[in-house]
Amino acid sequence: MKKYDVIVVGAGHNGLTNAAFLAKAGLDVLVVEKNDYIGGATVSRNLHEDWKYSNCSYLASLFRPEIYRHLNLAKHGLQVVTYNGGFTLTDSGDYLGSFSDHEVMRREIRRHSPVDVDAYDRYYHQMAKWCRFIRPMLLRTPPDPTSFKFRDLDELRYLGKKFFDLGQKDLHDFMKFFTVSVGDFLDEFFESDLIKAHKAGSAVVGTNLGPRSPGTAYVLLHHYMGDVDGAVGAWGFPRGGMGAVSGALAGAVQEHGGEIRTNAGADQIMVKNGKVTGVRLENGEEILADRVVSNLDAKKTFLGLMDPKDAGEKVVKAAKRYKSRGSSGKLNIALNGVPEFTALPKGSELIKGDFHIVDNMEAYERGYDEWKDGMWSTNPYVDLLIPTLTDPTMAPPGKHYMTCFVQYCPARVKGEDWNDDLLKQFGDNVINSIAKYSPNFKDLIEHVEVRSGQVIDNEIGLTEGNIFQGELSLNQLMFNRPFHGCAQYRGPVGGLYLSGSTTHPGGGVMGAPGANSAREILMDMNISTTVPEDEGDD
Amino acid sequence: MTDNTNKSYDVIIVGGGHNGLVCAAYLAKAGKKVVVLEAENQVGGAAITGELSYGKKVSSCAQFLNQLNGKVSKDLNLTKHGLKLSASNISTIALDADGDHMRLTKNSVKGGGINETDAENYKEFMSLMHEYAATLGFLIDLPPMDIFNLDWDDKVSAMKLGWKLRFGLGAEKMSELLRMIGMNIRDVLDDEFDNEHLKGALSFDAVLGTHTGPYSPGNFLNFLYRIAAGKAGAVDIPEGGMGAVTEAMSNAAIANGAEVRTGARVKSIDVDNCAVTGVTLEDGEVLSAEIVASNANMKTTVYDMVGTRHFEADFVKRIGDIRMRGAAAKLHIALRDLPDFKGLAKDDLKNRLVIAPSQDQVERAFNHVKYGEVSTSPMMEISIPSVVDSSLTEKGHVLSATVQYAPYELKGGWTDQAKADFLETCINRIAEFAPDIREHIEHAELITPKDLEDRFGLVGGNWHHGELTLDQMLMLRPVPEASRYALPLDGMYICGAGAHPGGGVMGAAGRNAAQAILKGEEK
Repeated sequence: MKKYDVIVVGAGHNGLTNAAFLAKAGLDVLVVEKNDYIGGATVSRNLHEDWKYSNCSYLASLFRPEIYRHLNLAKHGLQVVTYNGGFTLTDSGDYLGSFSDHEVMRREIRRHSPVDVDAYDRYYHQMAKWCRFIRPMLLRTPPDPTSFKFRDLDELRYLGKKFFDLGQKDLHDFMKFFTVSVGDFLDEFFESDLIKAHKAGSAVVGTNLGPRSPGTAYVLLHHYMGDVDGAVGAWGFPRGGMGAVSGALAGAVQEHGGEIRTNAGADQIMVKNGKVTGVRLENGEEILADRVVSNLDAKKTFLGLMDPKDAGEKVVKAAKRYKSRGSSGKLNIALNGVPEFTALPKGSELIKGDFHIVDNMEAYERGYDEWKDGMWSTNPYVDLLIPTLTDPTMAPPGKHYMTCFVQYCPARVKGEDWNDDLLKQFGDNVINSIAKYSPNFKDLIEHVEVRSGQVIDNEIGLTEGNIFQGELSLNQLMFNRPFHGCAQYRGPVGGLYLSGSTTHPGGGVMGAPGANSAREILMDMNISTTVPEDEGDD
Repeated sequence: MTDNTNKSYDVIIVGGGHNGLVCAAYLAKAGKKVVVLEAENQVGGAAITGELSYGKKVSSCAQFLNQLNGKVSKDLNLTKHGLKLSASNISTIALDADGDHMRLTKNSVKGGGINETDAENYKEFMSLMHEYAATLGFLIDLPPMDIFNLDWDDKVSAMKLGWKLRFGLGAEKMSELLRMIGMNIRDVLDDEFDNEHLKGALSFDAVLGTHTGPYSPGNFLNFLYRIAAGKAGAVDIPEGGMGAVTEAMSNAAIANGAEVRTGARVKSIDVDNCAVTGVTLEDGEVLSAEIVASNANMKTTVYDMVGTRHFEADFVKRIGDIRMRGAAAKLHIALRDLPDFKGLAKDDLKNRLVIAPSQDQVERAFNHVKYGEVSTSPMMEISIPSVVDSSLTEKGHVLSATVQYAPYELKGGWTDQAKADFLETCINRIAEFAPDIREHIEHAELITPKDLEDRFGLVGGNWHHGELTLDQMLMLRPVPEASRYALPLDGMYICGAGAHPGGGVMGAAGRNAAQAILKGEEK
């Protein structure tokens, strides 16, 4: 019977990144995927006629350029196209546009709130500063603060020095940035509620927090620190949808001799004498390997794929306490044309970007209060994009695809499971909210796919549909991600590793957890590493 | 008008709140010529006993003594100077509308349908909390470390902290503490307990005096703080109300040779040639000193008393950005007789009575304050000190309660009508647990966060003079440039709750500031 060097459970983008680096290092790698398609939450699904939906994640920016280069993803067909534009519509019939030209952006802000123009510059510089600060940490393994190993002490020294180098004032600003709410953070810069609302959305996306909850300012950074072709903070569409990312990664896996099996759901990670021996599939088939990498989140891995006796009491308890609450939903909409938004000037290019309909902070916060009580927001924050305006390959000629990310949406509705009726009510509420600003929107709709956290959980295994594979809160970052003891990509038994966003540096289509995990595996095997650390793209 | 000739001191303390008095006492004890200038006619700041009605007295703002710094109490010999306790180490009773109350002490919980697992977990959990508190607690008595310029003392305390974390707690508990430190109280409690009532009461301890709800990240630290400061979480009631505590502090200061003046409102702190020269009182009197320590709010000190032109713009902006939002109101009721709290005996009423039936209710009560509204069903911490202290009233009783949540800026403003409405809401809330209370009410008053600012100078109505959050703690409190009690202006110090370690009637800030002043003098 064949025995692999490594089996990777789950063909999400991090699992594939992990497998690609391991295969590239000469290991015999198998990726097993329960669905009949690869990609996990990084997919282009053909669910209605000739439309392709990026039906979970929908943008690329955080993906590490080092990975792109080292795995030669361009060769495997990955091309990311930057978009510009975007706007927030106001209840009064106006809009606040997003412009990549700094001068134009300043003028747009002046139109709404003259005092905020200078604040915008300060804000912009501070965000850029934190991006530069945090980016080098992404492709590094966090140290264990309780350890006395040279490697951990050295990494602690590195982090300590980074903080120390900030100096007193920047350290104060950083501590503030790291712990305060996005509302409080923006209050220190801006006066206009519209500008704050325009900025605050990305700080609550995917979290179980409101804009007034401490800790949300940091999440803002999580959506700023990416880049497209070296343009930090830029976002783009992979040509052909998010499936292009996983497709290219799969190409890299296969190029180096790795295997990928779909329709092969793992049932259990087999362990003998404190060491993994392989994976048993749902159909009973047992595949042997010396090492198993789980690309599933900590809950699904330790509570779902392992015998509690193998995982151990401590890990089981920690996995139960790991927080992965779902707070978002998604609509994927096939359109017969481009909807007209009455507030926008005729023919405005702004519609090529991400647009939003909540124009004040209180509405966000109230939306969050509804979620706390187990309901979706009646006046939801939506992140809307029409990728086909930039990448026409995702819909038939002349037709369009709209992705609609919805915050907040509970994983269960008032404690009840989701059903078709609830999904319809939820979807209708979102569509009606958008239609208030666009009279022809509803008429253009040809097909809608409505996804709640629970639907996503059942389909691709993100617990409660949490988009980050576990909340990005202070208690689940760095050496606490997913929890102490498993934060260096190693599981509680020999030969078991984690590679998903459930590990440092967390979610988003980044590839960093998968790459870091591969580096650790190769290190354990004494193979001179081929996994890049930060290459100083800044 | 007093004689206008220049009076000269070593140190002038602006504000006779408890920290100002403690600071003065320590300085006087070290031989300094000190004067404390208090604007009101009685010292004590927010720790005073005030007249309520019909000769009844009540603690006007702070109501329990649970954080008084052990070193302060001992060094200043407060007992000798008149501090007496009418009740010590009281329990918390989490009220239940049906009379099935829950009793909590430092290490036990009984009643209220608590099951064995929860009771056992409570013991274990609280013992862990006390261990954490003991690990971090020593930082309260020290000035925050200046990590960019570590002196010998800083190095010692840094090593002490590292040692306590790694070897005192051990790897397991240390990593657990590092995980928990930034968490919200709700997730912590949900991980430990099943009983909603228990979780409600404990979560209330975390949100008390903060602008957070159980779901807000970071307030686990506030929970820990309550235990770390004072006598390991023990709650006492001072005889004669909180005013008796500050009176004892004032006595200690005077006994050590300090001068304490009331009715002396400081108009400005005077600066000449980049150094403070003294203060000018509102009536024009000038007092001179090379050192001035302000016990007033940071914003008041910098913006109103010294003047922003004496500081760099960046410093001024940082001071302006300090978050100090109060969300608690104070309720006082003069009672003809004790109301009948369902299921409680008279002797039970000396305890700390808490209305916080579940975390959901606390969270919903908090929701309102985010939008400038008052809670429709508020949470409360109630004390009826007259049960154990007859000095407060000849006849009848007084009830005092901290009520959450009430915003500092109420939508539509704190009009008389708005105040009356919220007072009504509060009384109705108590009546859910003591239905006959209305029959016994002689007089009731509500002190809103806005009133706390107007009456006690608590800017924003926040009783910590700056919210206690991770970015406003230790070396970041109140701002990094002033974290060691000296402001970037020669001779200018702060000694109040706005500095490390913050508010609550601790006295630690005053003590630390006095030591910083004495240390600064040596150099």
